[in-house]
Amino acid sequence: MTERTAGRRLPAAWAEVLGELALTAAAVALALLAGAALLALAGYDVRDAYYNLWDGAFGSVYSVADTLVNAMPLLFAGLAVAFAFRGGLFNIGAEGQLYAGALATAVTAAALAEWPSVPLIAAAMLAGALAGGLWGLVPGALKAKTGAHEVITTIMLNYVAILLTTHLVKQYFKAPGPVDQTALIPAHARLPELIAGTRLTWAVVIGVVLVAAVDWLLRRTSFGFDVVLVGSNPGAAVYAGVPVAARTVWTMAVSGAVAGLAGSTMVLGVLYRFIANFSPGYGFTAVAVALVARARPWGVLPAAVLFGALQAGGLTMQLFARIPADLMTAVQGLVILFVAAPGLLYAWRRLPVAAPRAGTAMTMTAETAAEGAAETAAGPDNETARREAGP
Amino acid sequence: MSEALEAIFHVNTLTSTLRLATPIALAAMAGTLSERVGVINLALEAKLLAGAFAGAYASYVTGSAWLGVGAAVLAGVLIGALLGLFTLRWRANHVVAGIGLNILALGLTTWLLQVIWGSRGTSPVVPDLPGWSIPGLQAVPLLGPLLSGHSPLVYVMLLAGPLLWVWLFKTPGGLRARMIGEHPEAADTVGIPVRRTQFLLLLAAGALAALGGAQLSLGHLSWFSQNMSAGRGYMALAANVFGRWNPLGSMLAALLFAFTDALQMRVQTLPSPPPTELVQMLPYLLTILVVAGAFRKARPPAALGRHYEPGRSGTE
Amino acid sequence: MTVSHNDAGRPLPPPAGAAPGPAPTPGGGGADAPPAPAIEMIGIYKRFGPVQASAGAHLRVYPGEIHCLLGENGAGKSTLMKILYGLYAMDAGEIRIRGRTAVIRSPGDAMRAGIGMVHQHFMLVDDFTVAENVIAGMEPRRRGLIDMAAARRLVAEYSRRFGLHVDPGARVEDLSVGQQQRVEILKALIRGAEFLILDEPTAVLTPQEADELFRVMRQLKAEGKTIIFITHKLKETMAVADRVTVLRAGRDAGSMPASQTTPQRLAELMVGRRVLLQVPAPPAQRGPALLQLENVTVKGAGKDLLRSVNLQVRGGEILGIAGVEGNGQLELEEVVAGWRTPDQGRVRIAGRDVAGMGPRRRRRPGCAHIPPGRPRRGPAPALSVEQNVVLGRHWGQPYARLGVLRRPAVRELADAVTSRFDVRGGRGPVGGLSGGNQQKLVVGRELYHNPWVILACQPTRGVDVGAIERIHRELLDMRARGAAVLLISADLDELLALSDRLAVIYEGEIVAEGETGQFTEEMLGLLMAGQRPSGGSGRNAAGRNGTGRDGAGRDGAGPTEATAGD
Ligand SMILES: Nc1ncnc2c1ncn2[C@@H]1O[C@H](COP(=O)(O)OP(=O)(O)O)[C@@H](O)[C@H]1O
Ligand SMILES: [Mg+2]
Repeated sequence: MTERTAGRRLPAAWAEVLGELALTAAAVALALLAGAALLALAGYDVRDAYYNLWDGAFGSVYSVADTLVNAMPLLFAGLAVAFAFRGGLFNIGAEGQLYAGALATAVTAAALAEWPSVPLIAAAMLAGALAGGLWGLVPGALKAKTGAHEVITTIMLNYVAILLTTHLVKQYFKAPGPVDQTALIPAHARLPELIAGTRLTWAVVIGVVLVAAVDWLLRRTSFGFDVVLVGSNPGAAVYAGVPVAARTVWTMAVSGAVAGLAGSTMVLGVLYRFIANFSPGYGFTAVAVALVARARPWGVLPAAVLFGALQAGGLTMQLFARIPADLMTAVQGLVILFVAAPGLLYAWRRLPVAAPRAGTAMTMTAETAAEGAAETAAGPDNETARREAGP
Repeated sequence: MSEALEAIFHVNTLTSTLRLATPIALAAMAGTLSERVGVINLALEAKLLAGAFAGAYASYVTGSAWLGVGAAVLAGVLIGALLGLFTLRWRANHVVAGIGLNILALGLTTWLLQVIWGSRGTSPVVPDLPGWSIPGLQAVPLLGPLLSGHSPLVYVMLLAGPLLWVWLFKTPGGLRARMIGEHPEAADTVGIPVRRTQFLLLLAAGALAALGGAQLSLGHLSWFSQNMSAGRGYMALAANVFGRWNPLGSMLAALLFAFTDALQMRVQTLPSPPPTELVQMLPYLLTILVVAGAFRKARPPAALGRHYEPGRSGTE
Repeated sequence: MTVSHNDAGRPLPPPAGAAPGPAPTPGGGGADAPPAPAIEMIGIYKRFGPVQASAGAHLRVYPGEIHCLLGENGAGKSTLMKILYGLYAMDAGEIRIRGRTAVIRSPGDAMRAGIGMVHQHFMLVDDFTVAENVIAGMEPRRRGLIDMAAARRLVAEYSRRFGLHVDPGARVEDLSVGQQQRVEILKALIRGAEFLILDEPTAVLTPQEADELFRVMRQLKAEGKTIIFITHKLKETMAVADRVTVLRAGRDAGSMPASQTTPQRLAELMVGRRVLLQVPAPPAQRGPALLQLENVTVKGAGKDLLRSVNLQVRGGEILGIAGVEGNGQLELEEVVAGWRTPDQGRVRIAGRDVAGMGPRRRRRPGCAHIPPGRPRRGPAPALSVEQNVVLGRHWGQPYARLGVLRRPAVRELADAVTSRFDVRGGRGPVGGLSGGNQQKLVVGRELYHNPWVILACQPTRGVDVGAIERIHRELLDMRARGAAVLLISADLDELLALSDRLAVIYEGEIVAEGETGQFTEEMLGLLMAGQRPSGGSGRNAAGRNGTGRDGAGRDGAGPTEATAGD
């Protein structure tokens, strides 16, 4: 009995993942297509542009490494957003949390400079996680206590974090020179290179381990169970006796801590110091990453690489084809829209299906939608409904 | 200290409050309109930004700020239509769709800024809207200087509040709209065209918010700059919550937000100003405080953020 | 899922009128052949995913009659009527109105065809006034604005004419359910409805309110309106219907004049087999008091939501809480479950004061909580059967150790619960299971661990017949094992069938308590409406002889009690 159900479930789960993969690919393709249309409208050579985009992202070992380097902050921040999503919370504040984490890391690395390398790096990252966690805890607590919607509070806290870190740097930690930045961290505080000659560091390994850890946390622990339960069905969570308010606070704190690590790895592995205003919006791209990953930890990995590639390629495109890289931000926005709209991408698959069946899929999604962020993972619901409907 | 007090109550602070409030207030009222029919409108930021950009661009090309305003409205309507398509037709989560549109607008305007003007910072100066004065009012003490010389959009904002209030609470159209936001099935069962009404209001909200954008680039300043909206769309949404989903309330809340903004700017002109960043944080902190206070007692439209398929009401 | 009966498997032969197909003569007698039908629904099919909600249903309604559409929960009554009202598109079938084929695509079409509907779940905006709710979509105007005065006049006029008394200026939120129902009827009448569909209107009413509704229905009939009245209660059918159509598993199982049938016969048609109208429960073996509420008071804004509630439930008994919804049941549930700390008084479980113990800790030593079947609160639809089964016990041994879930233990539990409680529909996301199976899963999850204090709140609402029987049986089993069951339900039939003792709650106060046999349905109805049954019945002792009220007399003797006695 047990064996059989397990045997039956596995392929179904894979079919679901494959279905989502196809939809995501379609969404990305559609977004790139729209980008091409914009390029053409603006009078650029689309082929040249996209050739450079590809070349800069995957054209050589170095561009692949570059893509991965760009993917690193997105991996951490995306994981943070995905985790919050699973808990039914929109953490749009990864940007602010990573600023908090980055400054804390830089300051700690400078303060503990006499420590040997490994404990120093660990302490600096811990400081980053703590700072990010605190910055995430605030909107979580506000939501739990007052009901203040976390979208608004996290976004506002982004602005506050950017301004506050700038102020702190200017006031207390500024290195000499015109730029608002801290002094370089000691050399032994840097994350070691993973592949010599590239900027690829141990951050990659840490990131993958963290992905595995978050996945394990969500799937195998009581705490993760609570988080997913509160996220997918707060009503049932209340009935089961889950302390929903406390979980909200903790979910945001953990999410913030992971986002804080995005800042830590930027400081320890890329910038080697804190620079005011350093993030080009990683925290926002992270939302796209989490959506494309459908809030699954392992999905964050390829999703981060995808957006890392868009960034790395976008820069190459800017350098060689003289097309401003900000187009890729627009493409990101489109990817979010397309991935988030089950109705759009399911439309072609729904056509041959009889109307009432589609109706079921809709009511099912609507039910989860009411529960909040679960909607972002609406794919599986539709899949299930269709499978159940049978031929 | 008295310096600071003087700064607060200086008439310039109040007039610039009005000017700064206009984008937030127009966007907040747009938020009220769309949330009253059940659609969470995070895309206000996109509408402000797109409105500001389209306004500046059209004004730059045609030399007429008024055509700029027209272009801004078109851009806002377009974004409203996109929000409607994605949330209503394609059942995207309202929050996610809003964020997607905001990132799209940010990327697109920044990109176009460079493509068109070759700068990642600001556009060149474009023809802006004239300052208007109300004849006779100028002579009135206090009120005269306060209400004179503003861009036409400031007066649009001041009029929109009461007008929208009347529409929402006193007319058949407003009653129907509110019914949709509270209980779409109920609206459906009495023959109110749910989808069409929602869509129309989203378009109107787009136009309204984009007027706020035009105020940014054509009224308050006379150029477009990168990410010019700077989170005002989100503040507007907070103002809408604080204003209890009421156009007048939204307008007043926006005035409050703008006041801190004006104050912040004014304080920076003092002889020995406090640190810039700390002062700049004020409006954002105030928003957080207000939101935390407002949500406690808030009673949002009951069906806000829900997906409703007319004719498929699955109440089971 | 409801059991679907195909023709071959029916234990009873379908009655003469039930055969789908071209018009059989209605009534079977033919002596006084009724006029041509006003509404005809022919071979209606409608499918929701795996559920065939309508499977070739026929319905024929004659002008000026009260037509009762009878069927168990999930038989497809609402679906059929929503199709008639244009809310659902049918997959196949035909609708004729006054003999002509009608295409009804939206409620607007239905209204134009003279059809009005009062839904099972009211279509009213709580925040609007009565007048606003009634006139929305057809507002009287003056200079572009809503003419509220005219709207109020209109509502007042109709409510006078049809004896439907409501205050047009009152906010719907502040109205009783019965009053809200009147608003719904007014809405339909003002829109010129000739045919009025009432979907389970009595489900939410006290027996007296139901009688009042029947009076209104008869008056409407006298005015020439045609009424389709949906119910699953036989008594009501016999009381008001001119004709009855029985619906079973999505199709009509028989149609006849009410005067030519019996409740027993209707019950058989409804269920498809012979039924015992009441399952007699063996008498209780009562043990010690396991659940006690002492002077529990919960304060709300302005008024007490629970006022000095004293209750005790002993092992081996079921105490039913009767009352119109919104009279403190929710707060009672919350207090007992441990979500809410009472402002005064205490809750004891097995004699121990459980103040400060949250729902999690109360569950551990043997408390169970069965939430309503609708709105469905218990299961988490997005999670799998396994996850749902362990829900609430996923923090500790044996299902988790040091915060890490133990998969094999969870899987075993899922196997055990699904087989013992007959939960069907696979192991995937619970949202894919039928409502009845979801509720059985929740009941199984709660009862599997043999709790000795059980809180059950509307446990069978919106659940199909098979599951209801099962859930009732499980509750009685628990009682036989010596568990104390607190059953909160709005369904009087359920309460009367299961409870050893009953307590009536009204405006947060227990206004009567006693052995079930001491109450008649009429008495319960009056008590639920806040009145005291007339003293002459000889049973008035029931109101005050409850064990738990001993200490409460002094505290409870407030003004409310004084008025309640009048
Ligand atoms: N919107 C819907 N989506 C999915 N299933 C539905 C929907 N409406 C009704 N059903 C299913 O159809 C069956 C008949 O339901 P319904 O018509 O409400 O029965 P009744 O009113 O007789 O109790 C039930 O199994 C119910 O779960
Ligand atoms: Mg029904």
